[in-house]
Amino acid sequence: MTGAATIAPPRGRPPGAAWGSGGTARAVAPIVLGVSVVAVWQLIAGSGLVEAYLLPSPAAIGAEIVEFWPSMVSAGAITGLNALVGLVAGTLIGIISALVASTRRSLDGMLAPIVAALAVIPIVALAPVLNTMFGADSQTGRQLIAALAAFVPVFLNTARGLRQTQPVHRDLMRSYAASNAQIMRTITLRTAAPFTFTGIRLASSLAVISALVAEYFGGPRGGLGGLISTSAASSAYPRAWAYVVAAIILGLAFSLVASGLERLVSRRR
Amino acid sequence: MTESVITTDAVTVTAVDKVFEAAAGQVVALSGIDLVVEPGEFVSLIGPSGCGKSTLLRLIADLDTPSSGSVEVFGTSAHQARVDQKYGIAFQQAGLLPWRSVAANIALPLELHGSSSVETRERVAELIALVGLDDFGDRYPDELSGGMQQRVAIARALAKKPELLLMDEPFGALDEMTREYMQTELLRISAETGAAVVFVTHSIPEAVYLSDRVVVMSPRPGRIAAVVPMALGSTASRADDLREDGAFFEMITAVREALHGGAPASSARGVENR
Repeated sequence: MTGAATIAPPRGRPPGAAWGSGGTARAVAPIVLGVSVVAVWQLIAGSGLVEAYLLPSPAAIGAEIVEFWPSMVSAGAITGLNALVGLVAGTLIGIISALVASTRRSLDGMLAPIVAALAVIPIVALAPVLNTMFGADSQTGRQLIAALAAFVPVFLNTARGLRQTQPVHRDLMRSYAASNAQIMRTITLRTAAPFTFTGIRLASSLAVISALVAEYFGGPRGGLGGLISTSAASSAYPRAWAYVVAAIILGLAFSLVASGLERLVSRRR
Repeated sequence: MTESVITTDAVTVTAVDKVFEAAAGQVVALSGIDLVVEPGEFVSLIGPSGCGKSTLLRLIADLDTPSSGSVEVFGTSAHQARVDQKYGIAFQQAGLLPWRSVAANIALPLELHGSSSVETRERVAELIALVGLDDFGDRYPDELSGGMQQRVAIARALAKKPELLLMDEPFGALDEMTREYMQTELLRISAETGAAVVFVTHSIPEAVYLSDRVVVMSPRPGRIAAVVPMALGSTASRADDLREDGAFFEMITAVREALHGGAPASSARGVENR
């Protein structure tokens, strides 16, 4: 996760961003591919070549989705809320830490290795400890895990963005005898914003997957991760896959909103 | 001078040295600089790369401090002049804020010093008209050509009605045709505002066309080699036909020879002859 944690945000408007004919083609292409894959999958699963418990057919998964719809919605809400709380908390802590790190080179030197260490803590080690700490009926541990996962890319990208101020802008603000607060507000934060939002986009998917995986290691049931593991344990494979579909939709929703915000902020820079 | 009005120089540079501490030791960027710029006067600083012309401009702007000597702007220290917003400045890079519209970029210095929004709006409209960007107030910098961006930068520099304009190769990145057009525009604008201008360039024709006086600098250490007055009439009365005038070519020759320490030479190294 650290490898891809700092990615330069997109510059300006991508050529296909307008909803023209290019935009339609770009939206249709993945739909066509998705439908084809599901059709082939259905054919293979229906032919009996592969055992149903290894690869349930899309039709069987669809039936489970319809049957367990209310449970899927409530499970998605639980996991989604944990991911959202974690994302917001991790983002705030990431931005504040990056601001602190940007004030002194020595602080940056102190924080960087700690963040590198936090980035590689496995959830499998952390989740049981946090569950014990906050009690078996608490979601706090999962939210903390999601926050930790979100914190790392937001911190790294924001810290990088805060170093991107152009010398000509700095000279200009000095010529205006601008105060430090004015420089921070007009130049530094605004220059860093697209980088921060790239961090938030990366963090959004990480928060969902972390909140979901954290449910595998105890704590209250009812979330998507818990239900996937319960269904699989009771050999209800189509139902497990149905919850996986719900998890995919949840993750996509997070990353779409975050990408939209990122595009909005990166439009002019 | 029958009246007892005390006229203050726009810029007074006295015995200024500037030494930079580099890893390889000390680099003397400027040595023994004395220069006076009068109110309303257009003075160009010209010389090869490394002669310290940009450094001198930065000292006047108080973006750097001299190692010794003094820099005064309108009778106060350069620092006080900066705090009091006595000058406007434009760089080779327009340095516009890409997330702000043209109007909001020009408004930046006014906003930072607490002008009311009505005042700001009126002043921005005046400035947009002054630099000829009437229909572009709502556009963003990435929608403008290099010449138009530089005009926004000039308008921004003039926002606080400064009586001194500092310009560091503002047309250096423009193509030749745009550049000549912008030079004539700058003469018009400086005549309309009456501001003194200190203009850094490494183009001899540009310096000659724009200036009342051309200050020729030489490198290592940066010194003023000669000050050449331009016998071309007032800057306000100059127009493009001057570029084909015999007097213009005489002045170009005079500046070129000053760059070579008086000896006629075929080319000046590091200086554009176009």
